[in-house]
Amino acid sequence: MPVISNITCPVCGNFCDDIEVTVKNNVITDVKNACAVGAARFLEYANHRQKYPLIRKNGELVEASLDEAIQRSAEILADATYPILYGWSSTSCEATRVGLELAEEVGGVIDNTSTVCHGPSILSIQDVGISSCTLGQLRHRADLIFYWGCNPWSAHPRHIERYTMFSEGRFQKGTWRKYLSSLGGIVTKKRLQRVVNLLLGRHLRAPSKVSQGLPHTMFQRKRRMVVADVRRTRTAEAADYFIQMKPNRDYEVLQALRMLIKDGELDVDEVAGIPVDVLEEVADVMIGCELGVLFFGLGLTMSAGKHRNIDAALSLVRELNQYTKFVIMPMRGHFNVTGANVVFTWQTGYPYAVDFSHGFPRYNPGETSVIDMLCRKESDAALVIASDPVATFPMKAAQNLLEHPLIVIDPEPTPTSLMADVVIPPAFVGIEAGGTAYRMDHVPLPLKKVVEPPETVLSDEEILRRILNEVRKMRRNVD
Amino acid sequence: MDILISDGKIVEKVDERKAKVIDASGMTVMPGGVDIHSHIAGAEVNAGRLLRPEDHVKDVEAKTALTRSGVGHSVPSTFTTGYRYSRMGYTTVMNPSMPPLEARHTHEELNDIPMIDKATFPLLGDWWFVLEHLRDNQIEKCAAHVAWMMHATKGYAIKIVNPGGLEAWGFGKNVESIDDSVPHFNITPREIIRGLCKVNKALNLPHTIHVHTNNLGKPGNYTTALETMKCVEDLAEEDSPVMHITHCQFSAFKGSDWRTMRSGAEEIAKYVNRHTHITLDLGQVVFTDTTTMTADGPFQYGLYGLTGNKWVNHDVETETSSGIVPFKYRRTSHVNATQWSIGLELALLVEDPWRIYLTTDHPNGAPFTTYPQIISWLMSAVAREKTLKRINKRARRNSLLSSIDREYSFYETAIVTRAGQAKALSLRQKGHLSPGADADIAVYDLNPQELNPSKDYKALIQAFSKAAYTIKGGEIVVQAGEIVRSVRGRTFWVDTELSSPPEPSTELKRKFREYWTVEYENYPLPEEYLKAASPITVKARV
Repeated sequence: MPVISNITCPVCGNFCDDIEVTVKNNVITDVKNACAVGAARFLEYANHRQKYPLIRKNGELVEASLDEAIQRSAEILADATYPILYGWSSTSCEATRVGLELAEEVGGVIDNTSTVCHGPSILSIQDVGISSCTLGQLRHRADLIFYWGCNPWSAHPRHIERYTMFSEGRFQKGTWRKYLSSLGGIVTKKRLQRVVNLLLGRHLRAPSKVSQGLPHTMFQRKRRMVVADVRRTRTAEAADYFIQMKPNRDYEVLQALRMLIKDGELDVDEVAGIPVDVLEEVADVMIGCELGVLFFGLGLTMSAGKHRNIDAALSLVRELNQYTKFVIMPMRGHFNVTGANVVFTWQTGYPYAVDFSHGFPRYNPGETSVIDMLCRKESDAALVIASDPVATFPMKAAQNLLEHPLIVIDPEPTPTSLMADVVIPPAFVGIEAGGTAYRMDHVPLPLKKVVEPPETVLSDEEILRRILNEVRKMRRNVD
Repeated sequence: MDILISDGKIVEKVDERKAKVIDASGMTVMPGGVDIHSHIAGAEVNAGRLLRPEDHVKDVEAKTALTRSGVGHSVPSTFTTGYRYSRMGYTTVMNPSMPPLEARHTHEELNDIPMIDKATFPLLGDWWFVLEHLRDNQIEKCAAHVAWMMHATKGYAIKIVNPGGLEAWGFGKNVESIDDSVPHFNITPREIIRGLCKVNKALNLPHTIHVHTNNLGKPGNYTTALETMKCVEDLAEEDSPVMHITHCQFSAFKGSDWRTMRSGAEEIAKYVNRHTHITLDLGQVVFTDTTTMTADGPFQYGLYGLTGNKWVNHDVETETSSGIVPFKYRRTSHVNATQWSIGLELALLVEDPWRIYLTTDHPNGAPFTTYPQIISWLMSAVAREKTLKRINKRARRNSLLSSIDREYSFYETAIVTRAGQAKALSLRQKGHLSPGADADIAVYDLNPQELNPSKDYKALIQAFSKAAYTIKGGEIVVQAGEIVRSVRGRTFWVDTELSSPPEPSTELKRKFREYWTVEYENYPLPEEYLKAASPITVKARV
């Protein structure tokens, strides 16, 4: 049975490239090295797939030929005056390149899913800059790993193992042995607690409150992990120290830390529920490390303050560089959301929310970002690819999206595709189609084709190329 | 005199009845421009684009029937980069800085830069394999790995940036001189430079090592530049160069601090005039708003400290680092005005135009679109004087420019903007108009017999900004400064043939997972990845 190794995993921003799959009769039968999420993707991707294009006729989605679906899509886009082209984060860079050309041709707005996740991070980077690196740099050198508002244990399952705490580098040892031994202790303790609770007839309680002050081990010279979050996540359980703050108060904590690393005094006893003594100790640990990294997730970008939070985090890290080496990195979600930003930027100068209606790229998030456009009811058609805005956008934006013709390019039925006027199912990129994608740290890697797609489907890139060609034909005929 | 073109080449004979004729009488005809050092593609450039929406918004290009839209000024989008070079009559551009791990990114962007031929240089001066092999004095092994890397990243030349300093920057440190020890590696910048120079010769690469010196951008650094040049003196054979010092202006500062900063151009020019093993490019500064970007992480951090501007840093595992800071060069600043003067002093004091090339280290000294302005300063003392009058007083007093009468001729200008650069890169089909050359030609609307460039420097600027014709690979692509045809340029890369088939992969494979976070098989780029690859095969001496 052929085993294909070193496959990249088209799921999350970790973009692991060591996956091994076994293929039998064009079916993936086994997956090695992947996390649960990745393995499920490879083994079960085909279970709910759409094989034939659909076109809405008399209110019903009915099967249609590919030519017909492409023709209809091209008509919709060519007739529109201000269409939206949205998605891009779960497809290849090659497809995004064609998408940008199409958006330019039809004079529409093209936007990617950053607009609902790390868009605020990008706005702040444009204000402040960013001190960052590739993930291997951290594996070799980082002795302080700070996760803020993110939960890699569940959302980027191999992040800790491949790039941070448990990974082994030239100048740093992995801490997985220590974790395994302490894990035994934690499990035993939890079981005992349960028995006690049962015997005493108590209800299960939430874990005990944060202890006052950092454990002494935090000051030893070895790799350490700190988690800041509003709830005690699986990642927090694995951390050397966990700072639990009140929701929507991240900005205050970050600014407090900025003050403390500059030897400022805080006049209050606690910030966002965290005693100032603890923050002082955290600040000392941050200054005292050799190379520290702050990973942040949507807990920071999408809670109150949004890009102001990231401003504070980026500034904190920038200032820490006066004392030691410190870097910061957003935990990107989709496997190629970074790639979408990258391609947008090299072709247009801007990473998302690009408006071509003037004939040249224009960028003004808030004006040219799709949610804002939809809320103002400005668009008159949409093409959605590799994303599901009906499920993820605010209600009002989603409703307005559905008021106009909608094309969906997605291999699986989604709430968006069920409401569409044209659905074109493509090959699964990274499984049935190749290409390029960018890991969350901007390292480009190849997406690989491991099985043949059904005969009726093309790749995203080919579908978009054909739509573009049809649109151009129509335009020429009109001229 | 006629220049005959057929099948994209300059030839001795064509069928004149069938040929299309361009009447270039009364105009200046040159080979297509060649740029040896311009950051146009890759991770660093793109991070610069992302960082600077305020730079793009004031300079846009709309879509036309032939061209894609884009944005410009200091970090133009890919299509715009190609069009703007082509409009100036440039046809070949070297992208001098590519983190090997992110080579795929660089080539994706190069694929999207139309109109020009290009190549890219992987950053190898701080790669752990290089440091370890050179520390153990294993030149041949190092050469085999460098050859693998050229192949894997589809690179063209060895780029060295602040050797040793970038590795130290991994922990926020730097090296201070070419004899400082690199932390944890027990090797000095001198050993890295000499080692890679030997590797370069052993592999017979078309270009020399391309060096960005230690201590770049610091007062007093001209001594580091001189030591760097001296350290490979004994490796030179006959008259051929063995080292290229890039954007030399940034490495030619005298003085002990910013207050006492002066020009070290005279000392450097003196050295270069006496030694043939060095070539230079200018890294000329023009007074404008631009974006600085280099692989020199510690330098960029220093620049952030000086300006307080926004700052991007991006370190790449086991290989290199990079940084970006927007910067505005001001006429009224003593330091910036001195920098402006240093660049021109170097250009005018180095006697042999074949060994000094016009660049701005785009976009570090200024965007490449300022080249016509710089040409006017080189060809006209009047133009220089006019700018000199308006710069910072102290810088003007210290500037040597008013004592230099030299004005470049058209020939010398052609050498520093194309012929010399093509020669330094061993691009044998570029930089000249003899039969056999690529039909890459620039025609400028300037009559060299009638025009007095010294007086009429404004005509120079106008003509060099908008070529009357640019011919790329035998096709007219620009006419009267406008794109009339969009073509895809080729990407050159060096395929080295070692005498014994390269055997680096056993050690490399074994160490791969230890050193990088990607798999060995996913690292090299297949050639199909380049949309128009043009490999140049060289036979190595090892």
